[in-house]
Amino acid sequence: MQAHSKLNSASSEALHQEEKGLKPFLKKCKSQRALLLMTIPFVIWVLVFRYLPVWGWTMAFQDFKPARAFAEQEWVGLKHFIFLFQDERFLLVLRNTLAQSVINLILGFVTAIGLAVLINELANMKFKRVIQTISYLPHFLSWVVAAALVSSVLSMDGIINEILLALNLIDSKILFLGVGEYFWGILAASDVWKNVGWNTIIYLAAIAMIDQEQYEAAKIDGASRLQRIRYITIPGMKQVIVILLIMNIGYIIEAGFEAQYLLGNGQNMEYSENIDVFVINYGISMFNFSLATAAGIFKTVISLIFLIAANSFAKKMGQGGLY
Amino acid sequence: MNILQRKKRNRKFKTREDVIFDTCNVIFMLVLSVIMLYPFLNQIALSLNAASDSVRGGIYLWPRQFTWNNYEYVFSQASIIQGIIVSVARTVVGTALGVLCTAMVAYAIAQEKFIFKKSITIIFIMTMYFNGGLIPTYLLMRDLQLIGTFWVYILPGLISAFNLIIMRSFIEGIPKSIFEQARIDGAGDFRVFFQIVLPLSLPVLATVSLFLAVGQWNQWFDVFLYNSSNASLTTLQYELMKVLQNTATSNADWNSALASGEHTDNSVTPKSIQATMTIVASLPIICVYPFLQKYFVKGMTLGAVK
Repeated sequence: MQAHSKLNSASSEALHQEEKGLKPFLKKCKSQRALLLMTIPFVIWVLVFRYLPVWGWTMAFQDFKPARAFAEQEWVGLKHFIFLFQDERFLLVLRNTLAQSVINLILGFVTAIGLAVLINELANMKFKRVIQTISYLPHFLSWVVAAALVSSVLSMDGIINEILLALNLIDSKILFLGVGEYFWGILAASDVWKNVGWNTIIYLAAIAMIDQEQYEAAKIDGASRLQRIRYITIPGMKQVIVILLIMNIGYIIEAGFEAQYLLGNGQNMEYSENIDVFVINYGISMFNFSLATAAGIFKTVISLIFLIAANSFAKKMGQGGLY
Repeated sequence: MNILQRKKRNRKFKTREDVIFDTCNVIFMLVLSVIMLYPFLNQIALSLNAASDSVRGGIYLWPRQFTWNNYEYVFSQASIIQGIIVSVARTVVGTALGVLCTAMVAYAIAQEKFIFKKSITIIFIMTMYFNGGLIPTYLLMRDLQLIGTFWVYILPGLISAFNLIIMRSFIEGIPKSIFEQARIDGAGDFRVFFQIVLPLSLPVLATVSLFLAVGQWNQWFDVFLYNSSNASLTTLQYELMKVLQNTATSNADWNSALASGEHTDNSVTPKSIQATMTIVASLPIICVYPFLQKYFVKGMTLGAVK
């Protein structure tokens, strides 16, 4: 009995010491219970749907069989990663991922900046708005629709073949999506077509921040239209350009998979298959879960390295970073 | 006022260089508009042209033999009607739930005094930088028994970190005094959220709703991944995707069959079906987005600045 009460007092003492930090905390929780009710369900949601799948990375180090329990899976170490880097197909996939990303990045960047500058030069406000609305349109279409449009334009009886024939640039019609070598170009062009208008939004916002007095002053000094673009508009966008460039380099390995998957076919696979499509092909079609996950992990890790590097670079340049 | 005056003055002093530049620029913009719109307009023309006539080629911006046949055929397919129903359902449910949940979390993490403001923000923002990947996510859906259900379209994408940040920035911009006054009057957080914050946030709600609705309507991959064997949960985009994947081969089959007289009914071809479905799948969005331009431009700028 005595021992019991001793224990009791000891534990209540321990509790009392903790209470200094805990009690006000609990009190605060109680007074903010509405805010907690608003967020806790979604914190659980994000932990389950976004964080829990990372646990599945373990299967890259196993010979995963869906029917077996976790404890019964056979551990194989780095076998799948070693297989990937000895697999000629995966090396092609790596090459495609990098090439597609770099081409899309450069082309997407240059075209968006160029278009933003030209849209900004339009004097008629109504015309400007209409052009902007039209240029946003492809962004709102799904990649399925976009792929249908692209493949229709590029088909044997599509407009591109007809124009090239009429201009005598080709002698016979070309099945563009059937030639692997054209794929990176087609992909980049489709991507520009779909997103260039949308990507101007941020640059136009940057241009709108430029002090109009600068243009007036330059005009009085006799600067031509092109000189004003060269020396006022472009430098005025510099900060946004640098931030977006760094951000895009951070996301460079995320070239997406929809366009590649939907425009890809047996004939251009050597050039169209990137890491994401490889994961789909191995994981979903061939049920090789472990190998597909290994490829996915490889991509995520590379992507994280790029992001962290890009971000610390941005911070060093005094651009504030992304997070 | 100032800008207007300046504009007028500018017009007076147009140099020759200005005229050349402006003319070239306008011509460039017109060419660009053609490139942006042509593929789409061409599909409209094809969808309104008799399929047997389209085979001959030469359809550009206007149908040669006008017909509603293709649309009648497309809308008579049970799978497409089912796809439209599911697409509309997921767009409505996904957008409504998504925007409400995002706004709720955004409101909470916009409150200065909230004890978990920082940690919850970080938990959500982290999700922008990594994901579990295709296969682990697939297995999670299987373990949660979401495969083969409608909810696999809604739950995984409920809140995106990007939308959350846009909303938080907007709510943080609402003057604090409005909240304070309501609290002094005895309103709790739920009342402040529903009766004050939501009505004041209409512009950002419109932006995020547009993003969510477009995302839901355009999604096809989750159908392919989780519900490809379940005909009652197909969507319009997925049906179009299946047509697209088959067209290349079936067009040739169809044409040779036509040539050999195998098909007596040549009122539709894979090409005309694809064109018609393309229009049906994109028209709803195209009718909506121009009216929300002001909002999503603002939303994009706000999201990128933060």
